[in-house]
Formats: sequence, structure tokens, C-alpha cells
Amino acid sequence: MDAKLDEMTLLNLLRQRDEMAFTQLVEQYHMSLVRLARLFVQDEAVAEEISQETWLAVLQGLSHFEGRSSLKTWLFTILTNKAKTRSRRENRSLVFSDFDDGSAPFEAAPTVDPERFNNTFAENRPDHWSAGSEPASWAGIPEEILLSSETLALLHKTIDRLPPNQRSVITLHDVEELSSQEICNILEISETNQRVLLHRARARVRQALEDYLQAEH
Amino acid sequence: MDQEMTCKELVELVTEYLEGTLPEEARQQMESHLAGCEGCTHYLEQMRQTIFLTGQLREEDLTRQQRDDLLELFRDWRKD
Repeated sequence: MDAKLDEMTLLNLLRQRDEMAFTQLVEQYHMSLVRLARLFVQDEAVAEEISQETWLAVLQGLSHFEGRSSLKTWLFTILTNKAKTRSRRENRSLVFSDFDDGSAPFEAAPTVDPERFNNTFAENRPDHWSAGSEPASWAGIPEEILLSSETLALLHKTIDRLPPNQRSVITLHDVEELSSQEICNILEISETNQRVLLHRARARVRQALEDYLQAEH
Repeated sequence: MDQEMTCKELVELVTEYLEGTLPEEARQQMESHLAGCEGCTHYLEQMRQTIFLTGQLREEDLTRQQRDDLLELFRDWRKD
């Protein structure tokens, strides 16, 4: 509730052309907009351009904004529309339907290497982690290592290399912390598809992290 | 419905579990399995840690250039 009030205050100040309010908003959201734009266009400069156009659209649309959605949703929606238009125009559009959209047969694929489990027909603990394959606890790993720039760089790289739809969902959900509903609206996918994509994306990132941490220790 | 959840099944349900969208019965089966399975408990912890670290990827700071560009944009708009 507090965040919305802040938002309303900021919006009102913005309507009064208050520069501080604008500064606060861009500091809060601009990098997220750029990151979102990068899901649709490859070029960093173009992503920046689209983000700036979005701010202009917001300023120009202030009097029309009724506050039915949050400012964040409004921002992200404007940006998404612009990014899609731009990417279509430049013919380098990521056609979501061409890739894993979170539906079958992709849905059925296991996200953990089946080799790590006992055979389904094994006598002893079928389909359980096989000896030596059990995930280890990360509780003993120092914070400095987990939060190091190397680890974060690895995460960044892994996410960048995900199939586009998985990358979009995990970015919007786990990096930008948008709600599932907002993500479904922005990406125009169903709740189920969104969850499957998130599941697969997270599994890959976890795997990359596990491989990395195991190699380091 | 099968009583015992296997590790192989569990790992495919972690996302729904963490999102809170798992049906009640499956959730109970899962927690029951977790109580007796160290591997899966660690897997879930790893997943939580992964999500937490992914959340750290948010860059917050604008570059000076971005800040200047945006201020100019604002001031131009304000003039009208």
C-alpha cells in the first residue's frame, strides 16, 4: 500500500512538472526498461532509445493515466509495445511462437539429467537420486563467493544464453520481480506456459550454478 | 493416486511449490518426501538460492550519459 501511495505522490508531482519526481522515477525504473527492451532487440543503443521514447510517452500521457494499473505495469506495457514494433520493423523480431513457448512437447522434457536418478525399474529406491548424484548443501559456501562478481557474471551469461522465451520469463519474474499476471500480459502467454518456461529457465540456471560451485570447491 | 512421491517427480514440481500453486495434496506429498530426503531438501535449497542470486542481477545505477539524456528529455517536455 505504501509503494502505491509513493507512486501516486510521484505521479502528481510529475504532473506538476517536478524534476525531482522524474529523477526518482528514472532511477527506479530506467535500467529495468532497458533490460526489458533487450529481450526484444539486440542492440544496446536501440534498447536505450526505446526506453527513452517510453519516458516521453509517459510524460505525454500523464493526463490520460487513470491509475487502474500500477505505474510500473504502465511503463512496461508501453515499452513492450514499442520494442515489439521496433523489432518487427527491423525484421529481427524474436517470434515467440517459433521457440519453446512452454507447451508440449517441451513441457514433458525433464529439467534434471535423468542419469542422476535410479532407474524407474530399479529394485532399490527407483527414481530417487542415485548414489553420488545427490545435490549437495550450499549452506557452507561463503557469501562472498555466492555474491561475487564472478558468480553473478556466470548467472548473467547463463540467462543470456537461454532460449528467448525462457530468458524473458526468468528476467521479468526473478530479476524484475513482476507478477505472473503482469508477465503474461506483457509476453502474451498463458499462466501455464509462463510457469513452465520459468521452471525450465530456473533449472538451467541452477544447473549452471551447481556446475560452477562444484568446480570451484 | 500414488502415495509416495519420487525425487524425479519432485524436481519437476519445485517451481509450482515455490510459487504456491501446487494442489494441496501434492504439496503435502512433497513436504512428506522432503522430510525424509536430504537430496531433495538440498535441491530445493539450491533452487531458492538460485532465485535469490538471480534477483541480485538488477543493476540500479544509471550512467551519467543516461541521466543527462533523460533530464534533457524532461526539460524539453516541460518547456511546452
